[in-house]
Amino acid sequence: MVRDVTLGQYFPAKSVIHRLDPRVKVILTFLFIVFVFVAQNFAALLLMIALEVCVMASSGVPVKQYFKSLKAVLFIVIFTGILNLFYGSGEPLVTLFGFMQITWNGIQNAIFIAIRIMSLILFSAVLTFTTTPTELTDALERIMKPLKVLHVRVHEIAMMMTIALRFVPTLLEETDKIMSAQKARGADLESGGLMQRIKALIPILIPLFVSSFRRAYDLAMAMECRCYHGGEGRTKMKQLHMAARDGWAVAISVAVCALVIVLNVLMPAIL
Amino acid sequence: MAIIETKDLTYTYGTGTPFEKTAVDHVNLSIEQGEFIGVIGHTGSGKSTLIQQFNGLLRPTSGTVLLDGKDIWAEPKKIRAVRFRVGMVFQYPEHQLFEETVLKDISFGPSNMGLEPAEIEKRARDAAKFVGLREELLEKSPFELSGGEKRRVAIAGVIAMDPDVLILDEPTAGLDPRGRDVLLSQIVNYHEVRHNTILLVSHSMEDIARTADRILVMNGGKAAMFDETKKVFARGEELERMGLRVPQITKILAMLQKDGYPVETALTLEQAIRQLMPLLEEGGRTHG
Repeated sequence: MVRDVTLGQYFPAKSVIHRLDPRVKVILTFLFIVFVFVAQNFAALLLMIALEVCVMASSGVPVKQYFKSLKAVLFIVIFTGILNLFYGSGEPLVTLFGFMQITWNGIQNAIFIAIRIMSLILFSAVLTFTTTPTELTDALERIMKPLKVLHVRVHEIAMMMTIALRFVPTLLEETDKIMSAQKARGADLESGGLMQRIKALIPILIPLFVSSFRRAYDLAMAMECRCYHGGEGRTKMKQLHMAARDGWAVAISVAVCALVIVLNVLMPAIL
Repeated sequence: MAIIETKDLTYTYGTGTPFEKTAVDHVNLSIEQGEFIGVIGHTGSGKSTLIQQFNGLLRPTSGTVLLDGKDIWAEPKKIRAVRFRVGMVFQYPEHQLFEETVLKDISFGPSNMGLEPAEIEKRARDAAKFVGLREELLEKSPFELSGGEKRRVAIAGVIAMDPDVLILDEPTAGLDPRGRDVLLSQIVNYHEVRHNTILLVSHSMEDIARTADRILVMNGGKAAMFDETKKVFARGEELERMGLRVPQITKILAMLQKDGYPVETALTLEQAIRQLMPLLEEGGRTHG
């Protein structure tokens, strides 16, 4: 049913990755994703994968979970892989339908791109598996703080994200209830053509909208009753503190990224 | 003849996960055509899960639900036909309204049945009358109505399908005392006119005592008791152990009985008064 959708993917465990400062995790994940694309040859990419495997192994999250997150993007991986097969340069190995040529370079490209996308997904999976949504928004708020100079309302944005995440399960439950109620009145959600199915969603979406607005009003009221007035002068209940392990994580990551650049220079690029 | 019958009905949530929980555990019961059944049980006793299997919203893990002697899941593709015959009003049903006008919303069920437009409108208007919705409200948007009126619209939406069995899950929750009384008597009136079967789930023992012929007590996923209202409420101590209670007036009479007064059990205030008034007049002389 609807409830099977996993959005908050947090996987509780007590690994060193879980205990890292969320700010460090967000920044490093961003860095890794950039460097997966900076890596221009198999040696450099292999180094990134080695790092990725180490991080995954020390995250305390079962491998099965990581495979599940890969399964979600399987289609995109295969699609871009196949597309790249035909865009290589050099001597064609096979020619399909007279114009589609597969070259050795194309095969290399396809594999390279597929690995890139998969490691991209895995790096972000590590972040979402080991960081609770609250920690995540907290970290983003801190990281985006400098944007205040540009009059970006960082605290408000972070608060909106927190609230949105908080209400996902609630709304899923609500959807379930409304679906049951309309099914009890004979709503047919499972059959018919595309237009019919879209029409069948109206009796579900409208009550869902109405109740979301009702919840929003209630929440706004409750927040005001507790004197919430935005981020100005607001303190944190859970202060984020850097520890020695955060320093180590940054040092190792920077070293690996530097090595990637060195390998890029030493060896020829694939694409 | 039994209209709804269950055989070893069992429902388990989250089979194969650490959260596995049997919400309904081998329930066997039989409900006769035309009966008014009260369903009680504390939160988590399995009553909601049980009733959602009666109209095929949940498919039993094992066991069967028989409607007129036929397994409702014999042909899964025809489960919608079962839902038209077994109408279900959920808790806070006003949250399911969506149409532009009240009349259109009440018509949603009947039009899903594929009836003629004239028949749909007739049924919708009849249903509105049963729940006491004034004519001028029918062309309004359901979102403009008061909470109590919305509730009536939602209940009318199910009644308009003219189900043989009507299941109401706490229809009076959150209404003011007068709203409760009125709605309850409308349900009783509907039952008397249509002679259909009604299942009323409620936490209000007073409501149940006033309306039900028989009471089904759910406890820990099992049907703990299923008997005439008077007999069930005579077992006050057992009910209290299940986190339930008997109507206050029933309890008072039970205590008087214990103290040796010649009274029988009573379910409503009227029944109690009829027994107590003579005692009071007499008591002035003997106990004085």
